[in-house]
Amino acid sequence: MANNKYGILIDYEYCTGCHSCEVACKKEHDLAEGQYGIQLTEIGPWKINDDKWEYTFMPVITKLCDLCAERTAMGKVPTCVHHCQAWCMYYGTVDELTEKMTGKTRAVLITPEQ
Amino acid sequence: MADYKEFLSKVDRKLYHEGEWQWQEGEYTVTRTHQWSAPGCHNACGILLYTKDDKLEKVEGDPLNPFNNGKLCMRCLNLAEATNHPDRLKYPMKRSGERGENKWERISWDEAYNIIVPKIKEIKEQYGSHTIVGVHGTGRNINWQLPYFYNAGLETPNISTLFFSGFACYLPRVVGAAAVTGEFVIVDAAVGQEERYASKKWTVPECVIIWGNEPLKSNADGFLGHWLVQCMQMGTKFICIDPRLTWWASRAEVWLPTRPGTDAALAIGMLNVIINEKLYDPEYVEKWCVGLEDLTARVQEYPVEKVAEICDLDPEKIRKAARIFAAAKPAAVQWGLAFEQQLCCMSLIVAVCDLFALTGNVEVPGGMIMVRNAFGTQRNYNCGEEWLPAEAAAKKLNGDAKGIEESSIVPHADSNVILHALETGEPYPIKAMWIQSSNPLACPAMDSPRAYEAMKNVEFIVYADPFLTPTAVAFADIVLPVAMGPERNSVRSWWTPLRAMTKACSYYEAKTDEEIVVEFGKRLNPKAFPFKDDIDFLEWYITEDGNWPGTFEDLRNQGWAYWDYDATYYKHEKGLLRPDGEVGFPTPTGKLELAPFMYYQWNLDPLPFHLEPPESPISTPEVYKDYPLILTTGARSYEFFHSEHRQMPTMREFHPDPLVTMHPDVAEKYGIKQGDWVWIENHRGRRFKQKANITLGIAPQVVSAEHGWWFPEKEASSPALFDTFESNSNNVTLQEVTGQGGIGNPIKSSLCKIYKVVEGVNDSVSIGEQVVRGDYRDGK
Ligand code: SF4
Ligand code: SF4
Ligand code: SF4
Repeated sequence: MANNKYGILIDYEYCTGCHSCEVACKKEHDLAEGQYGIQLTEIGPWKINDDKWEYTFMPVITKLCDLCAERTAMGKVPTCVHHCQAWCMYYGTVDELTEKMTGKTRAVLITPEQ
Repeated sequence: MADYKEFLSKVDRKLYHEGEWQWQEGEYTVTRTHQWSAPGCHNACGILLYTKDDKLEKVEGDPLNPFNNGKLCMRCLNLAEATNHPDRLKYPMKRSGERGENKWERISWDEAYNIIVPKIKEIKEQYGSHTIVGVHGTGRNINWQLPYFYNAGLETPNISTLFFSGFACYLPRVVGAAAVTGEFVIVDAAVGQEERYASKKWTVPECVIIWGNEPLKSNADGFLGHWLVQCMQMGTKFICIDPRLTWWASRAEVWLPTRPGTDAALAIGMLNVIINEKLYDPEYVEKWCVGLEDLTARVQEYPVEKVAEICDLDPEKIRKAARIFAAAKPAAVQWGLAFEQQLCCMSLIVAVCDLFALTGNVEVPGGMIMVRNAFGTQRNYNCGEEWLPAEAAAKKLNGDAKGIEESSIVPHADSNVILHALETGEPYPIKAMWIQSSNPLACPAMDSPRAYEAMKNVEFIVYADPFLTPTAVAFADIVLPVAMGPERNSVRSWWTPLRAMTKACSYYEAKTDEEIVVEFGKRLNPKAFPFKDDIDFLEWYITEDGNWPGTFEDLRNQGWAYWDYDATYYKHEKGLLRPDGEVGFPTPTGKLELAPFMYYQWNLDPLPFHLEPPESPISTPEVYKDYPLILTTGARSYEFFHSEHRQMPTMREFHPDPLVTMHPDVAEKYGIKQGDWVWIENHRGRRFKQKANITLGIAPQVVSAEHGWWFPEKEASSPALFDTFESNSNNVTLQEVTGQGGIGNPIKSSLCKIYKVVEGVNDSVSIGEQVVRGDYRDGK
């Protein structure tokens, strides 16, 4: 069955922790200090072995997210996706995004309330 | 996004008004332009400005712009907050109290002209125009405009980033790379191609070394760091050379956390592997390089085991990195500021140029490409030098410089010689200073307390900036309000494409750098300023000094323009590089000079060598006993560009305090917990305080401190000066310690100890107070 609900896919393998998604969201929704529609988490760094480190950034989408309803109604993509400097965020239907996820090892798909 | 074509196909070009530079969207006027300082950065990303009633309301990255594809970093996303900040300077002001009292009287621009112009004229007549020093910041919207004004308007040869000893920023890389290749080279992340990553001519680099910088945070030298994340998603492998485990290091094939200040040794070690294991490109070398024999002899003095010992690295990892780099086709090096901020700067530059030359990576797609500023808008710091009177030029403060400093390749005066003149009045006293878009006390001034003392000796200081900074409060006699990026017409071409900046709003009486230059220039030296206004000045730069075939208006309408020259590969094979039109590189031999002739000319050793930092476990073991940590300064963050952005609530929400990064072993040894304020102190009794950031991602012998901190929320007047001396990493650095040819300064490799700030025990006297009182020692 087709799933045409919209969502955001984050390929967090490439997230650099640049904060653009957080600030873009705050500005779009005029969020107060300490409030975020999307907020970064940072994991590591710790050493796995001599050549390998764990050092991961992953943005978490909160209940304040409205999937940028105003923007998407105009035909724009959500501002976090639009500005993501590492090109690691995608906006689309669950079906489109599930397909995009294939083969990726570290990616999450979120479908905020809409 | 590995699939760039998919991205392009999804952008709604109609929705984003392709082909228009301005339109109406509901209550907003939208202007398609580029943002470049202020607030600053080294780039100029494509941006859409939403204004209403002459005020910037919001922004969005321009997805049609190939430079940044609609992406913006948090600083530009916060542009409305910056532009509408209540602390901005609104009017020209003159000082009404003593220097440092922070008392000002509002004046009109006419009054400002009437005070400044006669004063400058009087100084020129009485003492000579060379007694004025012109100061500018880095990468700001001033890099040809202010040199033009200083050369042609003030008529002084003494132009400087001030108190930045050893030219320790970028210029040496430009000059050194030009010695080897004839021009400058950058990593080819498809920046010259309008189709960017979809260009058929371009190749994804197979390997990139990220060396001595964090390009994601700094976006330095006209290069957006995130372009390389695109490359990574398309398959590029990385090697990272940095004592810190940066994002790149954590994802690198090899991370080499070299001891600060030993990068040249490491580069020679890698050359040793590549030469002795014959991993270089023999055909390319035969055809396009010269000097391999000399270089081969030199690298024998640096066996990998010896290099590993110098650098505190595993020799096998050095070999591995060298082999990966040499085997990759194409390969490139993203180099950064750490190059200049060590003593053997010029040696390191030649060694790294040799690495990419020997492996056949110059002028190949995905390698190191030779770029010029689009449409020949080539002049920067030397702009307007044709107007400098010969008698003033002869008095340039570069002391008895021989070799490299004597050559006009380095347009700046020597900061150390200026310092000497300020302190002693020799060879002549400095009578006036014009500082525009620079905040020396909080940022570039090495040994900032000494800089503070030295500046007291200048009789008349004009200061222009968007904000009242510590330097302004301490020394300005007249303050001029500078417009922010969205409020100016300008152009940008570092490197390509040629980009227009279009004025979309205004703020009280603030004027743009260009307007200030033209208005004062006309009054000081009319023949050199035949320009009607700012746009006329810009037009001269792009069409007469450069070769843009249209007007400023044409450029604005079009937004940006790509240039065939920068999109062309193998220019050396096509006779495009040399003035005589022959094939080859624009060096004296026409080849890539592995031991460059220009280095001989400049009295520099043309072959790479290692020099110990002047303070290190090896060169000063007795100091090291009590100061057992290596201090590296100047760490960047996403929130700030140098000393800017500290007054922005959003930036401080993310990054409230200055951070000093250390390994958990270090923290444990000194009883320091995450978030503790700590003193970082050196053997000269100098110190500064920052908050502890404890992470496994740093070499255990190294602590890394941030720079550029001042606290706009704190008391402005002296001695506090916005607490600019409290957390200033330049409290502990030195001026006048330079490498070969007066180039390079070891500010990224000194010794320190750290200890907790304990209330009531060692925090009794503020550093700022001590600096201003002049008994700056031990903090007691
Ligand atoms: S999609 Fe959600 S998280 Fe992203 S910017 Fe919009 S509201 Fe914020
Ligand atoms: S904008 Fe993209 S890269 Fe930056 S923090 Fe957010 S998800 Fe990560
Ligand atoms: S790099 Fe960041 S601050 Fe610089 S122009 Fe681009 S978005 Fe703006």
